[in-house]
Amino acid sequence: MIEVIEVSKSFNVGKVNQFDAVSRVSCRIMPGELTILKGPSGSGKTTLMTLIGCMARPSSGRIVLSGIGAGSLFGQDPDAAIEITSLPERFLTGIRRSAFGFIFQQFNLVRGISVLENVMLPAYPTGVNHKVLRERALTLLETFNIARHAQAQVGLLSGGEMQRVAIARALINDPSVIIADEPTAHLDSRLSREFMALVEGFKKGGKTVLIASHDPIVYDSSLADQVVEMRDGALVDGSLP
Amino acid sequence: MTPSLQRHLNILDFALSSLWRRKGKNLSLLAVYTLIIFIIASIVFFTQALKREAGLVLQDAPDLVVQRMVAGRHDPIPVSYATAIAAIRGVSEVTPRYWGYYYDPVTGANFTLVAADDPQLKPEAIAIGSGVARTSRISIGDFLPLKDLKGSPVLFSVQKIFPSASELVAADLIQLRQEDFLRLFDFPSGRATDLAVSAGNPAELETIAAKIVHDFPDTRPILKSEMLRTYDSVFDWRSGLVLVVLAVAVLSFIIFAWDKATGLSAEEKKEIGILKSIGWETTDVLLLKSFEGIVISLSAFLAGVSLGYLHVFFFSVSLFEHALKGWSVLYPEFKLTPVIDPYLICLLFLLSVGPYIAATVVPSWLAATVDPDAAMRS
Repeated sequence: MIEVIEVSKSFNVGKVNQFDAVSRVSCRIMPGELTILKGPSGSGKTTLMTLIGCMARPSSGRIVLSGIGAGSLFGQDPDAAIEITSLPERFLTGIRRSAFGFIFQQFNLVRGISVLENVMLPAYPTGVNHKVLRERALTLLETFNIARHAQAQVGLLSGGEMQRVAIARALINDPSVIIADEPTAHLDSRLSREFMALVEGFKKGGKTVLIASHDPIVYDSSLADQVVEMRDGALVDGSLP
Repeated sequence: MTPSLQRHLNILDFALSSLWRRKGKNLSLLAVYTLIIFIIASIVFFTQALKREAGLVLQDAPDLVVQRMVAGRHDPIPVSYATAIAAIRGVSEVTPRYWGYYYDPVTGANFTLVAADDPQLKPEAIAIGSGVARTSRISIGDFLPLKDLKGSPVLFSVQKIFPSASELVAADLIQLRQEDFLRLFDFPSGRATDLAVSAGNPAELETIAAKIVHDFPDTRPILKSEMLRTYDSVFDWRSGLVLVVLAVAVLSFIIFAWDKATGLSAEEKKEIGILKSIGWETTDVLLLKSFEGIVISLSAFLAGVSLGYLHVFFFSVSLFEHALKGWSVLYPEFKLTPVIDPYLICLLFLLSVGPYIAATVVPSWLAATVDPDAAMRS
């Protein structure tokens, strides 16, 4: 479970242009469920996801992770509750690497290297044998039907293909939580439905999925277990079940 | 293989891939960096080789040389002076020396002719330096014609070629028997070029020199220490020039490194953000950038040092010989004997590879220590 307690995030603190991106947000994301953060652009969805995904630190509040295997990084029970708010950077990186898989709105693939290398990239620092890693990446690419592009450069792929590469990359370290930021923003409705079919596969595989989106195909999907609405950095009253 | 080693190999693999991805930029960096190290290495090799040559020149020099001066110019000295000088207290040996210069119009080179007391040297036979052999294209058994004062050619057979432990010492040398030397130059009877004086106690040399000047006012004694000072001043002058060139090269390197340090592009910063967001630690990013820096700087160092070595010892410092060799371009062409000072090579390594890696890693470290989210947004 991911528990967000009174979390706020402000930028340019103390300056005239101080901006409160997230303001006193509390919510719970249950394991194995699909949670959707919905809301217009600038509502704070992406910022909240980066806080949950250990990519940034909240200005105040707490985020507690449990049951996602993060405890093993501290020599504890893998499912032990860990409060990530005040952890040193290297622990946050460890959690990010082992527990989370990210799918970014702009895909954030590294240009100039092959599809295969992009997929293998998150696992390089884990010390897994290169050959084993390659096999694992090729299996994922086959799962998403893009193995034929394994040696191609990512810049030559279509939007849908790039997204599947980004998904394969997010899964290379077998994370328990998938975080996707506006995953269908650059896809047509057919590809958006295909993406939701993949999400169904994640759920069946027991993964926790958190998606930020303002696409009705995503937030109106019957797959969603919880839809949390945000506006102006705060939860809309009554959006939590 | 341990996970730690595998991690390093994986990141090295990605570093090579990254370098190749920006091959235009990196090959330009490599070329500029190699050029800078090549210039510095050439200067270091050249000065080291010259200093070694100078050391060998002076190694066998006599403690004191006595010359006769007439009208302020060097003139052959009467051999009879030797007997009187040998009688001065503290002098252990006085040897008349016969030597001179011979300009060869065919090759345009100056040779140094020295009368030797080598009993193995046959009449009308000579021992020559490797520079003479190279310039005149002769070897053992061949004949070298030298013109006497009347312009008549005298043929000398080459009996020996000196091993080139020091080219500066032996390159232009022609050794011949004393009677051949005297006949060739029609040298005045009872005169020598100068006198080499040895002393039992080197501390007495200055006193001996003063006594010689007192007894023979037309002479000029030259102490070995004075010759050392002269050589030092010559090499110091060259070192000064070298220092200027070196300073320019080092300055170029600093500007280059600074440009590199401040030149982390928005794309590179974003890439660091991506790596951090997908689970790379700051240390992983630093390792990646270190590998990139090591590959570039080590390649440039090895290429620059190797090219510098070839330039100095195989191509006779052809790019800046006129600036650095000075008068020695009148010499028969000589090649410096290869000499490498491991201390200077290590110093060059530390001063070139170290700053470059730092210039590569520091901006990456600054980019990698911010939140990955911020790095990606920047």
